[in-house]
Amino acid sequence: MKTLWVIRGVAWRTLHRVFTNPSLLIPSLVFPLFFFVAFAGGLSRVDDVPGFDFPLGYTAFQFVFVLLQSAAFGGVFTGFGIARDFETGFARRLLLAAPNRSGIVLGYAVAALVRWLVTAAVVTAVALAAGMEVGGDGVDLFGLYALALVLNVAAIFWAAGIAMRLRTEQAGPIMQMPVFLVLFFAPVYVPLSLLEGWIHTLASINPLTRVLEAGRSLLAGSPTEVGVAFAVAAGLAGAFWLWALRGLRSAERAG
Amino acid sequence: MSHVFAGQVLVLARRSLVRTVRQPANIVFPLVFPLLLLAVNAGGLDAATRLPGFPTDSFVAFALAIPFIQGALFATMNAGTDLARDIQTGFLNRLSLTPMRGISLLAGQLGGIVTMGVVQALVYLSVGLAVGVRLESGPAGALVLLAFALLISVGFGALGAFAALRTGSGEAVQSLFPAFFVFLFISSMNLPRNLIEIDWFRTAATVNPVSYLIECVRSLIITGWDGQALALGFGIAAAITVVALALASVSLRTRLTRS
Repeated sequence: MKTLWVIRGVAWRTLHRVFTNPSLLIPSLVFPLFFFVAFAGGLSRVDDVPGFDFPLGYTAFQFVFVLLQSAAFGGVFTGFGIARDFETGFARRLLLAAPNRSGIVLGYAVAALVRWLVTAAVVTAVALAAGMEVGGDGVDLFGLYALALVLNVAAIFWAAGIAMRLRTEQAGPIMQMPVFLVLFFAPVYVPLSLLEGWIHTLASINPLTRVLEAGRSLLAGSPTEVGVAFAVAAGLAGAFWLWALRGLRSAERAG
Repeated sequence: MSHVFAGQVLVLARRSLVRTVRQPANIVFPLVFPLLLLAVNAGGLDAATRLPGFPTDSFVAFALAIPFIQGALFATMNAGTDLARDIQTGFLNRLSLTPMRGISLLAGQLGGIVTMGVVQALVYLSVGLAVGVRLESGPAGALVLLAFALLISVGFGALGAFAALRTGSGEAVQSLFPAFFVFLFISSMNLPRNLIEIDWFRTAATVNPVSYLIECVRSLIITGWDGQALALGFGIAAAITVVALALASVSLRTRLTRS
């Protein structure tokens, strides 16, 4: 019960801070839209490349990437907030006050999740308004958003682990850059089968490739490798939960 | 008099450069991030070279122009952030009590940024050549490319300085970064304009001056000597430079009067 109070308190405070501060809210809403416009608009001709076989067109193809990217970066942006809380001393007071400290990490995770749900709603609305086709039924779409949600949780635990170890806003690039690289070394612009050379090798071993391709198959209504994708995303979330908890212990030791 | 001015500029340019060199993030990020994006785009979009009408069979050669423009955007941020810090810490106020001329401050600040801009351009060019890109315009094209990099570093650096002098806030300068990024992405960065299918996007890319900056660099790499692309690129870069320098000078005068 005490853990729930901590989760609720931390989540409420984080969400209140984000939703009442345009400089924190707007970038997390605008960046995914911007990528969606730049990729789906500027590169739509790519679906004419011989061998490009995604049935719903390039807008839907890019939508899945942008949705997953917004989920991952929603977690990272919340990680920036954790780092800021440590830098301002708020997190130290929180450590003193919380009866169950793992609730702090979970509270930030709940905030990241709610924050991403708002972003996902906006991105989806814009994509549908832009004429995106949807092939999957309700269950497929639920699967797509659930997959993104697990990725969001994995990203916040990753970022929280960094923020709690380094406890400075200057850790921002360390949270952001690996996520950026893992996302962009997946088949972002064309399906895996059209990638060649080193990028194909890298994309083939990149765990996010399974998640991205499963997400696209769910939107298209022909799910493939969904179980593998969920296993990968859940595995990342589980591993980064341990990473975040160890980060919390590191912050506790630092006082 | 001109000797004194040159001395002042040199001192401040050296300070600007040393300050940049002492912050590894200010060197590594502008060098690494554009090259990383080049690798990602060149790998991921190589299949786009199979589109009918695509001007080259190497996407790396096509995309090599992008780091040059991105590097200039980083110059904007660095120039602006450093100058804003000078304002916030009171350095500019103390400087205004000395015989130092305001314009020396601007020129010195830009001197450091231009040096970084040219170093960045050399690195991008070397990486491009190392991965097999051959300049269709030959060695003379490389020199023109460096001259262009120098010009856009001055222009974008002056824009950053203007933002800093106008707002006096490093955070405000940093917040310009997404806006500049929008200009970069809504351009002919990833596909030639004639291959952009969506009408509004093609129109936006056509009215976006950044498209012409990219196409100027790109023409030297994949076309050879294209007079129109060069004239448009250098013309727009020169116009940005003149306007930005004028705005920065006026803002500097206002800022020094206030302090």
